Amino acid sequence: MWLYILKRLIQGVFTVWFIATATFFAMHNVPGDPLLNDRAMTAAIRANVEAKYGLDKPLTTQYVIYLSNLVRGDFGISFTQENREVNDIIREHFPVSAILGILAVMFAAAGGVLWGALTALYRNRMPDYIIMFLVILGISVPSFVVAALSQLALVNFNSFAGRTVLPVAGWGTIYHMIVPAMVLGLGTMAYLTRLMRSSMLEIISSDFVRTAKAKGLPPARIFTKHQLRNAILPVVTVLGPAIAAITTGGFVVELVFAIPGLGRYFVQAVQQLDYTVIMGTTVFYGAFLVFMVIVVDVIYGLIDPRVRLK
Amino acid sequence: MAQWGTEQISGDQAFTSSAGKQLGLYALYTLVALSVLLYLLSVAAGNTAGGLGSGAINVERNSITITLREEPPQLDASRATDASSFVVLAHVMEGLIAYDVDNELVPGMAERWEIRADGATFWIREEAKWSDGQAVTAHDFEFAWKRVVDPETASEYSFILYPIKNAEAVNQGELPKEMLGVTALDARTLEVEFERPTPYFDKLVAFNTYFPIREEFYNETDGRYGSDADMMLYNGPYVLGEWVHGASMLWRKNPYYWNENKGFLDEIVIAYITQDVNARLNLFKDGQIVDTHLVAPMLPEAMERRWHIDRFMDGTVFFLEFNHRDGRLTRNYHLRKAMQLAQDPAELVYKVLKEAAYLPAVSLFPIWIDGVDAKFRKEYPPTEHHLDLEKAREHLELARQELGLDEFPPIIFLTGDTPVSLLAAEYYQELYKQNLGLDIRIDVQIFKQRLAKMTSGEFDIVLAGWGPDYDDALTFGDLFASWNLNNRGRYASEEMDAQVRIAQSELDPRLRMDAFGEIQRISYDDVIVIPMYERGWSFVVDPRLKGFRRRAIGPEVDYNYAYLDVSGN
Repeated sequence: MWLYILKRLIQGVFTVWFIATATFFAMHNVPGDPLLNDRAMTAAIRANVEAKYGLDKPLTTQYVIYLSNLVRGDFGISFTQENREVNDIIREHFPVSAILGILAVMFAAAGGVLWGALTALYRNRMPDYIIMFLVILGISVPSFVVAALSQLALVNFNSFAGRTVLPVAGWGTIYHMIVPAMVLGLGTMAYLTRLMRSSMLEIISSDFVRTAKAKGLPPARIFTKHQLRNAILPVVTVLGPAIAAITTGGFVVELVFAIPGLGRYFVQAVQQLDYTVIMGTTVFYGAFLVFMVIVVDVIYGLIDPRVRLK
Repeated sequence: MAQWGTEQISGDQAFTSSAGKQLGLYALYTLVALSVLLYLLSVAAGNTAGGLGSGAINVERNSITITLREEPPQLDASRATDASSFVVLAHVMEGLIAYDVDNELVPGMAERWEIRADGATFWIREEAKWSDGQAVTAHDFEFAWKRVVDPETASEYSFILYPIKNAEAVNQGELPKEMLGVTALDARTLEVEFERPTPYFDKLVAFNTYFPIREEFYNETDGRYGSDADMMLYNGPYVLGEWVHGASMLWRKNPYYWNENKGFLDEIVIAYITQDVNARLNLFKDGQIVDTHLVAPMLPEAMERRWHIDRFMDGTVFFLEFNHRDGRLTRNYHLRKAMQLAQDPAELVYKVLKEAAYLPAVSLFPIWIDGVDAKFRKEYPPTEHHLDLEKAREHLELARQELGLDEFPPIIFLTGDTPVSLLAAEYYQELYKQNLGLDIRIDVQIFKQRLAKMTSGEFDIVLAGWGPDYDDALTFGDLFASWNLNNRGRYASEEMDAQVRIAQSELDPRLRMDAFGEIQRISYDDVIVIPMYERGWSFVVDPRLKGFRRRAIGPEVDYNYAYLDVSGN
């Protein structure tokens, strides 16, 4: 198993290198550069700034310099957030995104499994219809709509209550987190509910469940050991990428709720063509995603004894 | 058989209810586990960047809470270029000259000054202090200004110091920075030599790039000046108490600030940094921030709530800028004239954009620009513009003949990706199709890409705007000088250049203002641009906050003169 993990990690390093290289050249091929601004610069001023950031060197030289810095774990200094190292930006803002992301994933996973099991149990009856209707809604309504509507609901709720029960935006306490995390996790929760439901339905009509019932095992035991535990496997599979996607994809929610997460920097960097921040966040997110996939594969082996890690 | 069937169903129901109970139990466990997790995460979040929200107004602490649109990249005034940095700097720093509550120039760090044809002298007030209690001296200005033009500083706004002797040459690395025409005669006298007569120099020194820096403190910061709250010295009404990057800021009253008529609050909290105008409105409704601006769709609700809505022109003029480079269709005068005559900005503003605070633009110079004795617009009324389709089509026919075309190829219309610019672009596309039969191809680009295309000239028409840097007609007037790099359409005419030269250096105010009148006439007659609208904002302020200002010059929001009045009037 250790050999397997090592092999996957080496593959992962190559994946990250590929991401870094592709991003680097794609980014430099976009028209414009980070130095362009509303006020045009004279050639002399521009040359001063270019020299400062090493943009006057040929692209291949810049690439070599960039890779050697990357190996040493140095992402460089931001173009727009001058005097700030990209490492600092990631260190300060990724924890915020991560906390929000973890919470959202927990909401999504717990909700998805519970609702999914419930709908499968009450298949083609009222609870099933109601929940599946909400699930379709959750999948099809984009998060910026949900975020804006829930914020509006918070305002109305607070003015109805006559005081600020839950803050409308911002970050720092438990109360700031609940609503954004739920909004962020909503789409994934809906998706997981559907996944759980179909996988549960498949299990319910399988032979070993019928055998267990025939043996007269207590229903609660059949439900837990034979049905839930088997049905949850596909959910675990998608959970890894889901964690990465949620943690890295919180931009809209972070914007609406004024949360100082990394997502904002990621998107702004692309708009501002802030080369170093684009590279830093992309490589970081890429590595994070690769890592989460490896972790899930390992966990999969632990949950399902039929899977052998080689 | 039938009986066996019912038995199975009832058996299934027993299973379902039993499993359902089990599921309910699991749900309960999950809820408990999630609560514990939530608690643990909130402890963890206490160690990450956090907000400071505590209500819009706190009377006991004499503090207010506000928002910023963006995180300032850094707060080194010599290199700042963006609106958010200008807002912060206007509260924590002060130049030689400042603006009062009514937008008039008043003494700042300098108690008096004298501007001559060849230079200027500033006498710095004795009470001027840095936030550590030391005196602000003429040396601090000399050091800061020499640093701005130093090529190594790579300041993008260094051009604004070019009226000072040798500034341009130093900035281009042709002369050492010691040659810059500024000297501290003693601790309280600053002597400036001019490159050319600069009658508007008093308005320039109020700008951020002219703010002072103390040399000895700067050297201690080891190249990180302006990157954090403790990496700066302040000489304005407030100091930066805390700066949590990307999240919050705290401005405190500066105990060493000299002017008692500025800086009345003890604390200004920036608890939220967000561009989302809906989020800001929600925060305002929830009583978390003292002011916010409103966009058109929000106005009905604001009126319903009986808010006091203020309007304000932010000084920016938006226009269709033609590409005057050789080989471009729009280089043809008759084509431009045809397009000018076939449109009416009033229709765009009142029927399409419907932003209550926007004004149809009639000139390159916005409405608030001062003339000699009255407003510029009153002294030099712009050419009256009327939609005239017949004449427009005549010009179009002339253009067709001059260009030797049977059919006009599509005209490339470059625009940004904001909702307003997209709306305007589509309006013009439809308008010119109907009125002139011209085919407009819209090219939507995000900010940097649009600038790249503007700079390289890959457009026929670009939807552009220009905001003022200083309170003088020249901030708009020199825009279409052939040497101005912000003249992205590369308009070039000797007549224009001659007038700009007069406007730059003429000492007689009337003759100088005549030149601006000429510039305004040329820009209409030769159709350099088609003015669209002057941008304005509708905004609301908490009624307990008085003295709040929005400005066209300097910071877009100004709390320097703001104070609390809870008497309910």
